[in-house]
Amino acid sequence: MATTAEHAKGIGVAALRKEDRKFLTGRGRFVDDLKLPGMLHMAIVRSQFPHADITRIDTAAAAAMPGVTAVLTGDDLEFAAGVPCASNPTGDMVHPVRPPLAKGRVRHVGEPIAVVIAGDRYAARDAADAVEVSYAELPAALDVEAALADGAPKVHEELDSNVALVLTHRTDGVDDAFSKAEVVVEHTIRNQRLIHVPIETRGVVADWNTANDDLVVYSSTQVPHFLRTFLAIVCGVSEAKVRAIAPDVGGGFGSKLNAYAEEFIAAAASRKVGAPVKWIEERSEAMLATCHGRAQVAHMQLAATKDGKVLGMRAHYVQDYGSYLQMLTPLISQLTFLMSPGAYAIPEVDVKVTNVYTNTVPTDALRGAGRPEATHAIERMMDILARELGMSRTEVRRRNFPVEFPFTTAIGLMYDSGDYAKTLDRLLELSDDKETFERRRTEAAARGKLLGRGLSTWVEVCGFVPSDVARNALGLTPGGWESSTVRMHPTGKITVITGTSPHGQGHATSWSQIVETELGVPFDDIEVIHGDTAFAPYGLGTYGSRSVAVGGTAVHLAASKVRDKARLVAAQMLEASPDDLDFEGGAFAVKGSPDKRTTIQEVAFRAWQAFGMPEGVTPGLDETVFFDPPNCVFPFGAHGCEVEVDRETGKVEITGYIAVDDCGNVINPMIVAGQVHGGVVHGIGQALYEIAEYDSGGQLVTGTLVDYLIPSAADVPHIETHRTVTPSPTNPLGVKGIGEAGTIAASPAVVSAVCDALGVRDLDMPLQPETVWNAIQKGGAA
Amino acid sequence: MIPRAFAYERPASVADAVGLLRRHGDGARVIAGGHSLLPMMKLRLAAPETLIDIGGISSLRGISDMGSHIVIGALTRHVDVAESDLVRSACPVLAQAAASIGDLQVRNRGTIGGSLAQADPHGDLPTVLLALDGEVSAEGPDGMRTIAATDLFLGLLTTSLRPDEILTGVRVPKAPKGAYVKFNRRSQDWAIVGVAAVVDGSSARIALTGVGPAPVRADAAERAFSGGNAAEAAELAAEGLDPPADSAGSADYRRHLARVLTRRALEEASSG
Repeated sequence: MATTAEHAKGIGVAALRKEDRKFLTGRGRFVDDLKLPGMLHMAIVRSQFPHADITRIDTAAAAAMPGVTAVLTGDDLEFAAGVPCASNPTGDMVHPVRPPLAKGRVRHVGEPIAVVIAGDRYAARDAADAVEVSYAELPAALDVEAALADGAPKVHEELDSNVALVLTHRTDGVDDAFSKAEVVVEHTIRNQRLIHVPIETRGVVADWNTANDDLVVYSSTQVPHFLRTFLAIVCGVSEAKVRAIAPDVGGGFGSKLNAYAEEFIAAAASRKVGAPVKWIEERSEAMLATCHGRAQVAHMQLAATKDGKVLGMRAHYVQDYGSYLQMLTPLISQLTFLMSPGAYAIPEVDVKVTNVYTNTVPTDALRGAGRPEATHAIERMMDILARELGMSRTEVRRRNFPVEFPFTTAIGLMYDSGDYAKTLDRLLELSDDKETFERRRTEAAARGKLLGRGLSTWVEVCGFVPSDVARNALGLTPGGWESSTVRMHPTGKITVITGTSPHGQGHATSWSQIVETELGVPFDDIEVIHGDTAFAPYGLGTYGSRSVAVGGTAVHLAASKVRDKARLVAAQMLEASPDDLDFEGGAFAVKGSPDKRTTIQEVAFRAWQAFGMPEGVTPGLDETVFFDPPNCVFPFGAHGCEVEVDRETGKVEITGYIAVDDCGNVINPMIVAGQVHGGVVHGIGQALYEIAEYDSGGQLVTGTLVDYLIPSAADVPHIETHRTVTPSPTNPLGVKGIGEAGTIAASPAVVSAVCDALGVRDLDMPLQPETVWNAIQKGGAA
Repeated sequence: MIPRAFAYERPASVADAVGLLRRHGDGARVIAGGHSLLPMMKLRLAAPETLIDIGGISSLRGISDMGSHIVIGALTRHVDVAESDLVRSACPVLAQAAASIGDLQVRNRGTIGGSLAQADPHGDLPTVLLALDGEVSAEGPDGMRTIAATDLFLGLLTTSLRPDEILTGVRVPKAPKGAYVKFNRRSQDWAIVGVAAVVDGSSARIALTGVGPAPVRADAAERAFSGGNAAEAAELAAEGLDPPADSAGSADYRRHLARVLTRRALEEASSG
């Protein structure tokens, strides 16, 4: 039950969010709300072709149009480096350089070629249309198959082929496992290219003060500190002179976990014209030119005994990188690789990822980032194995769960804690028994509907990431730690500074709850600030379901340090030994003499006055912690989905959805439930509706929300959420992440249900009505 | 998603609007609810130099009971058609179709006249007008005329309205037994295929949308219907169709949907 913000009482309470009043009443301040004096507007001229040399850019007509200050091309702007990529899984992967504004060659439709800077956005857009670009078209490799074919056009000429990177891992006994197996099942699973569609598109306001070379950049970003560092490197300016600010950000889903060409271009343009420059991405631009996600194919084989014990797995994933490496492009399929065994103790594995360049928009993190791909593939295979063996889908899964934790998989990842049978059992308790379900199936058939149900048992890796792992196992440039400051003011209120960068996740609420529990200070007396590199110690931002496990822990640890110091000051004030004090209800009291007490607010005031402090104790109550997690965290669960398929049209309706998730201890149950709902809907979107497609000319055909179908509120089923709690041993709060879990679990659960309804082996997402109808026609429907 | 610059006029009467159309010729477009035209302008697929906003002409709004018929002003919004007690009881197929258009925000703005003049190949109201054998009234420099539904929809986004004519009203017969069945992938989407069926004793009028550049009548299915044999008649619903193929569906699937939805529409209309 949700309480009002004023009465929240720490960890575990479903407190209403502090953030919501501002957002729900339209009082947020997003990047498009910013108006700086003298600010100009930027519109971008983008490539019309997937692969071409630019032979001429004629800017004269555009430059002469009313309101236009400048028209700039790659020759007009100087950059010290290309668009950054911070991921090198093998350490020796070649990173082709990408200039922020194309110089000479373009490699995907939508690549920025020139920009117009004008007095308003209308003039900028009109002038952008008047820029004339001449191209010499080149043959393009529009999909992975074309890119791997003999004689394929090379996306990057300096490379030997379009293969960007190959990762492999093979245990010694895998061939043996396959030869000994009583049954081998094989299948190819497609994970289609998706578009993020956050409610707020990208946007940036760049303000280069040419008098002293200070640069301030406001950006709708998930990673303001990374942005600052990369602005310094790419634009060639001292990082100490750069300030990056994430204002209120309207969602990201990974699309803003990046440093984009447009951000660097806006900064350089501001320097060039000597005025602040604003760029707000149009929706059709966002569909076209923001990074895409997924775009992976998995060739899978499982070797098993007759009674369903999996002896070995062969997995070959083929990933479409698109045309360039964005910040974490190589990491995504690397995560698929690492999570390939899913929730199962598969002893022998042969796993390979082949990553391929194509002349399409680059791919990078999209909610789940590599883990939905791994889970979808292994979950389909478990269903297929069950079908082959005539076993129940739940039984074949249960038989292969690891039992002892921590559990190290054949790939080498150590799952921290888990009880997969428990969440599966809970799902089964909540679901109809087999008899009841089969009765309902018969009844539905009489109404012309094919009833089916499916499940997924999932585990995922999040809480990125121990810095040693980031460097040694993943090949990432930055580490994976997080920062927090907890500062108590003389008047007893608290400011928490977090290095996380929320864009809808409710960190201000959750971190306030953590501090309330630790320090006994009322929820309403705590303010959480973030997103501005001028006041926030370096933070690595928000993505990968890392914020509570790493950022929340940093907040907790900083608050603990404040409490520990306050205890020393309180002891001085109460003339007692620090060990003789109890701390309860926000006050220190002498054990056995409860009237000898002082509140933590009184301690804060005294520490600020700083007279008569204990030996060695410094003034104030202000602690900053940098926390490097010792491991990632591994939430897990079991999702069940029920569908009714209209036999005559193939349309799928989800008639029931049950999510049983374990994300360890929970700070705010309402926020967690909200994340599960959102994640599940996102996974349903992939399962039933979404696919980003290019035509044979390299043009994005799903370029508007009419053609790229995302579920609306009217399409969302009733989602029941349940939880088990298996605390993580990895951090003192015992928490794991949950933001992406719903997405990871949902698409395989939905596909499993539709396949059950039709009695077929597998179906490619998205399960649009005609796809389903074709499968029914082919026979196989019960 | 920013339109090209345009001039804006807001005439107070139909005569003024017609005069503006004559003056500006090809460079002008009429706008009412705007939910077809504005998206096209934002994508720069349409770039009228002058927009003639007829939204202020209040005489073009309203629903009237004319005994055997209902007359609806061209500027009547979809939400008002959908919620009208008169339309819901006397011509339910029209209310049902209006209620199925887009989402609530679109229905609060979109108009019946605009929808008919737009003649979208997936449009709902043109289909219903055709099944009802309704008609529209139009006013131009030479005065008023009426156009039967069968003469109105010529092809893709094309009606027989002249460039200097304004569609002023819609007239449909009362038809208590009618149904509109619309198939889409998500709620609020355009129809992939939609069928309007009006049953009168042992005869039916059936119109389809999404199966070609303009809505069509299912003549063979109509001839085969003899009251109570919906399934049999619906088998002929795809006769003579040459449906398009696109990402929403293949030609074969659309033919199949035409048959299935015709049966469902006839059954629902008959039971009404």
